[in-house]
Amino acid sequence: MMKRILLAVAFLIPSAVFAAGPSMPLDKANYDLTDNASLQRGAQIFMNYCLGCHNAQYQRYQRTFEDIGIPVDLGEELLQFTGDGVGSHMVSAIDKSAAAEWFGLTPPDLTLVSRVRGADWLYTFFRSFYADESRPFGVNNVIFENVGMPWMLEELQGTPRKVTETKVVNGKEQEVTVLTTDGNGRLNAEEFDQAMLDLTNFLVYVGEPVKLERQRMGLFVIGFLFVLLVLTILLKKEYWRDVK
Amino acid sequence: MNRIIEWIDARIPMSNTMKLHVTQYPAPKNFNIWYIMGSLALVVLVNQIVTGIWLTMNYVPSAEGAFASVEYIMRDVEYGWLLRYMHSTGASAFFVVVYLHMFRGLMYGSYQKPRELLWIFGMLIFLVLMAEAFMGYMLPWGQMSYWGAQVIISLFGAIPIVGDELTTWIRGDYVISGATLNRFFALHVIALPLVLVILVFLHLIALHEVGSNNPDGIDTKRKKGSVPKEEQSPFEFHKHYADKYDIVDSVPFHPYYTVKDLVGLAGFLILFALVIFYAPTMGGFFLEPPNFEAADPMRTPEHIAPVWYFTPFYAILRAVPIKLLGVILMFGAIVLLFLLPWIDRGNTRSMRYRSIWHKLNIFQFVISFIVLGYLGVKPATDIYTMMAQIFTFLYFAFFVFLWFYSKNEKTKPLPERLTK
Repeated sequence: MMKRILLAVAFLIPSAVFAAGPSMPLDKANYDLTDNASLQRGAQIFMNYCLGCHNAQYQRYQRTFEDIGIPVDLGEELLQFTGDGVGSHMVSAIDKSAAAEWFGLTPPDLTLVSRVRGADWLYTFFRSFYADESRPFGVNNVIFENVGMPWMLEELQGTPRKVTETKVVNGKEQEVTVLTTDGNGRLNAEEFDQAMLDLTNFLVYVGEPVKLERQRMGLFVIGFLFVLLVLTILLKKEYWRDVK
Repeated sequence: MNRIIEWIDARIPMSNTMKLHVTQYPAPKNFNIWYIMGSLALVVLVNQIVTGIWLTMNYVPSAEGAFASVEYIMRDVEYGWLLRYMHSTGASAFFVVVYLHMFRGLMYGSYQKPRELLWIFGMLIFLVLMAEAFMGYMLPWGQMSYWGAQVIISLFGAIPIVGDELTTWIRGDYVISGATLNRFFALHVIALPLVLVILVFLHLIALHEVGSNNPDGIDTKRKKGSVPKEEQSPFEFHKHYADKYDIVDSVPFHPYYTVKDLVGLAGFLILFALVIFYAPTMGGFFLEPPNFEAADPMRTPEHIAPVWYFTPFYAILRAVPIKLLGVILMFGAIVLLFLLPWIDRGNTRSMRYRSIWHKLNIFQFVISFIVLGYLGVKPATDIYTMMAQIFTFLYFAFFVFLWFYSKNEKTKPLPERLTK
């Protein structure tokens, strides 16, 4: 019932209107915020690879650990690499002005990146890097042209390559660009996709940590309102019965 | 209890006011669903004020602290996210109900004599509401807050001679900055809400002086002595009305319309809650994705679109290549609405009894308004600009057509009494 209503609402809105407008179609990120194992794996990647340069400066470590089911003392020991207290915000130890010099701009904060870009964009972005010797860090990205960051996950993915293949599409031979790797990473293609989905999942969580709570509370509120609606209709009928 | 009431009544006219405006106030009995928007607007106003007060407790009105304080509210304040979503959704809901409320007035001719001043107060509310929403949208200090405000404020720069001085005066700086944010905060949380509440009060006083219109657009307060007793409404109305008129087809506002409005309220709250709990950004229409990024004066977003409730007027602005003309047309689109009671020269209020031309004209006006709203969120490509020009023309044509055909319009005979 609820899903149908939501679907109906969703159809009324052309969601593409505000999309950031990449020419490439995005892959669907089937993330699941109730999957704590996935969120924990995503957190592990985020803390190890992203937080070195980027912040999630509006989100606190302790809240994160509690929300995704990591015992706080364990999280503090294994996932927190700065000396701040566990109640502090997730801020990178990098020197911001030095970083701005190295990369051309300060690495952007990632707390809300999933709300700015959307989960599908992130999931596609992570899987769209390719080696490009013309770039200062040796990599480029298909959906974020001339991205100004090094590709930290190469050790997981292997060296990504962009190659042009000839394929038969709709009975016609066409040149298509495909991304592949040298196979020198710690993960195979399937495992890497899953890892990137976990990371996306985690970033969606960080973007709006109350999302699950909000949806849960909505059921009670709307359930109550339906009862109220029925009662008010009955009350109105009772009063209006004798108005001719 | 009675003694307490007597004590108060001897000092302020409490019981009498209650009877005059609530329990013995005559309202036509055939209000349909379009008539719940007024009370809903009042509920949304209260929602905005109450949630606004609580948001203010944790919001920091400075360029350095604003964005972070909003995220602090979303994450660290108990139920702060709920307050914030109620407030942001409430802003859009306000415009939804106000637009529908205005459309009701348009359909049933509620702006016509003797309700011109009532309409003017309503339009002033609409105007202040737009200013209030615009200033409120700047407070989160996101990219759209900043650049949207940049676009709107620069409009005043199109005014000849004083334009540049004026924009600087509005911003309180040469660019949009913390100074602008601070003054917008002051205006948003106290100055404009105060004006809004006063205007709503005047709107209600004006309404109760002339009485509500109805879907048939005929008077339910008849000349004293013109209606036989058994055909008059059987309810007891305040002598302020009953001594002056014979009242037909009416019911006391309370309890009849209070219980009916409660049904409307419950229905409205279900939709409101669906947005708050399941689509708080409404696919980017209520909260735009770029606004989740802190304002950066050095970096312009690819595509600046105002929030949906401004887009019809924004599309009119962009439709003409000359900026000053665009600004004039945009404000003209609102000024014409103010003048509606005098542009419409007809005597028949409700479109139910007016000519087919009037029905078609209202229909095309609504379509034009919606299409302009759609075009306002899209980038201005050649084809979209051409469409915006066509529909801007039609928007203004509505008033021109109305002026001409309403003078000697062939209307249907009005019913003697209210229909269903």
